[in-house]
Amino acid sequence: MATYSTNEFKAGLKLLIDGDPYNILENEYVKPGKGQAFNRVRLRNLKTGRVLERTFKSGDTCEGADVVDTELQYLYTDGEFWHFMNPETFEQIAAGSTAMADAAQWLKGEETCIVTLWNGVPMAVQPPIFVTLQITDCEPGVRGDTVTGATKPAKVETGATVKVPLFVNQGETIKVDTRTGGYMSRVKE
Amino acid sequence: MRADPMPEWRPTAGVAVLRARARMLAQLRAFFAGRDVLEVETPALCNAGVTDPHLTNPATTCLLPGGHEPRRLYLQTSPEYAMKRLLAAGSGAIYQIGKAFRGGEAGRCHNPEFTLIEWYRPGLDYAAIITETAALVAEVTGRRAAEERLSYAEAFRRHAGIDPLRAALPAIRERAAAAGMDVGDPERLERDDWLDLLLSHLVAPRLGLGRPTFLTEFPASQAALARLIPGDPPVAARFELFIEGIEIANGFHELTDAGEQRRRFAEDNRRRARAGLPEMPIDERLLAALAAGLPECSGVALGFDRLVMVALGLPDLRQAIAFPTDLA
Repeated sequence: MATYSTNEFKAGLKLLIDGDPYNILENEYVKPGKGQAFNRVRLRNLKTGRVLERTFKSGDTCEGADVVDTELQYLYTDGEFWHFMNPETFEQIAAGSTAMADAAQWLKGEETCIVTLWNGVPMAVQPPIFVTLQITDCEPGVRGDTVTGATKPAKVETGATVKVPLFVNQGETIKVDTRTGGYMSRVKE
Repeated sequence: MRADPMPEWRPTAGVAVLRARARMLAQLRAFFAGRDVLEVETPALCNAGVTDPHLTNPATTCLLPGGHEPRRLYLQTSPEYAMKRLLAAGSGAIYQIGKAFRGGEAGRCHNPEFTLIEWYRPGLDYAAIITETAALVAEVTGRRAAEERLSYAEAFRRHAGIDPLRAALPAIRERAAAAGMDVGDPERLERDDWLDLLLSHLVAPRLGLGRPTFLTEFPASQAALARLIPGDPPVAARFELFIEGIEIANGFHELTDAGEQRRRFAEDNRRRARAGLPEMPIDERLLAALAAGLPECSGVALGFDRLVMVALGLPDLRQAIAFPTDLA
């Protein structure tokens, strides 16, 4: 794997530190006018999600982490693993619940997800930003109430619960923003 | 409006900033004219660079008359050596507004090419040059709060809780570790590197808040081209000016002893060798000028782009210069 000099540090670069893959969030170059330069770096551990700060002597090198984002199609879950397929090679990869995190609750099958692989193993899964899901369970709708902004919980087909406006009915299909988990609109079939 | 296919052609500084820069340059020239300091220009491309292990001269090659091989020439990290040759030749007080170059330096407060204001004042001592620098900064930035003068040792005691002149190396390392600074293998940093680490992370961010701070009396090991002030321990007649945590200027009561300067250059090259850096040719013309006689003087180098940045409250140096090197 490539090594990177501190000169190449920038947000988004993936480094291997103490055996774990990290993503650079912020890189600040600090240098006294006549002294030693340092790179002050904020990094996120891609395995644990924890953020840490580390100072590198400028000019030092750090091993890169073989981390790539790939677009994979979600197939199904067996309850323990979530199975994805590379649509070009048909190669299948299984992600565990840690890598899936909140993504699992938005997926019903065939969505294209961004899967972050470290040495070929899924570390994180980003679902599509917008998904359309059918409401399987909610209180009956209140006709005409489109302005009050009041909401009610609705359960969607993937099992997630979304706050929806009062006029939305069970059986309807809605568009959800997976970044916030928020209701966007109704979708006409 | 049509989408811009290559928005990077645009300057990173706004027109209002460019106007402020021009006004500040005019104020600088008026300030020096009022004090009878002569404006000079010296080469950006020279035969020698600096030995300082923490500075990198960008280099280029150029075919010169009389040679059949292109000559290796160094872009100057500051005009100091050439200006000292002028002083030794009897120029009297001089200043320069010019471009300086430092390889590998890029970040929120750094650009590899920058505008440096450098001036030398025969007859002014350490205290007087600080007073003059404070007057210049007040004049150009309009920030009129009286300056603070704080010794390097006192600043470290106050903001890092250690005595930087006397503390043993393990205590300095422990202080860095206690502040959560992880720099990998600690053996690779020398004592001054550890002090630089504490200065840039713990001390400097707390200097110059609301009023300019002059950090004075640096450790003798960081004297660079400053003379030493005798004492126990001796300290360097060097200062740095901080405004809002950002280093703006560096000044010396200048070393005039050619022999001592040669020893420091040689020591720099030994440090370069230890750090695996290329040795740099020593500027023999500078040493010859010092041997011929540099008048007693003080000198200051001031980063003009940073001065614009703090005067206008800009968060990033890129907004103070038209085209940062990566977009040049």
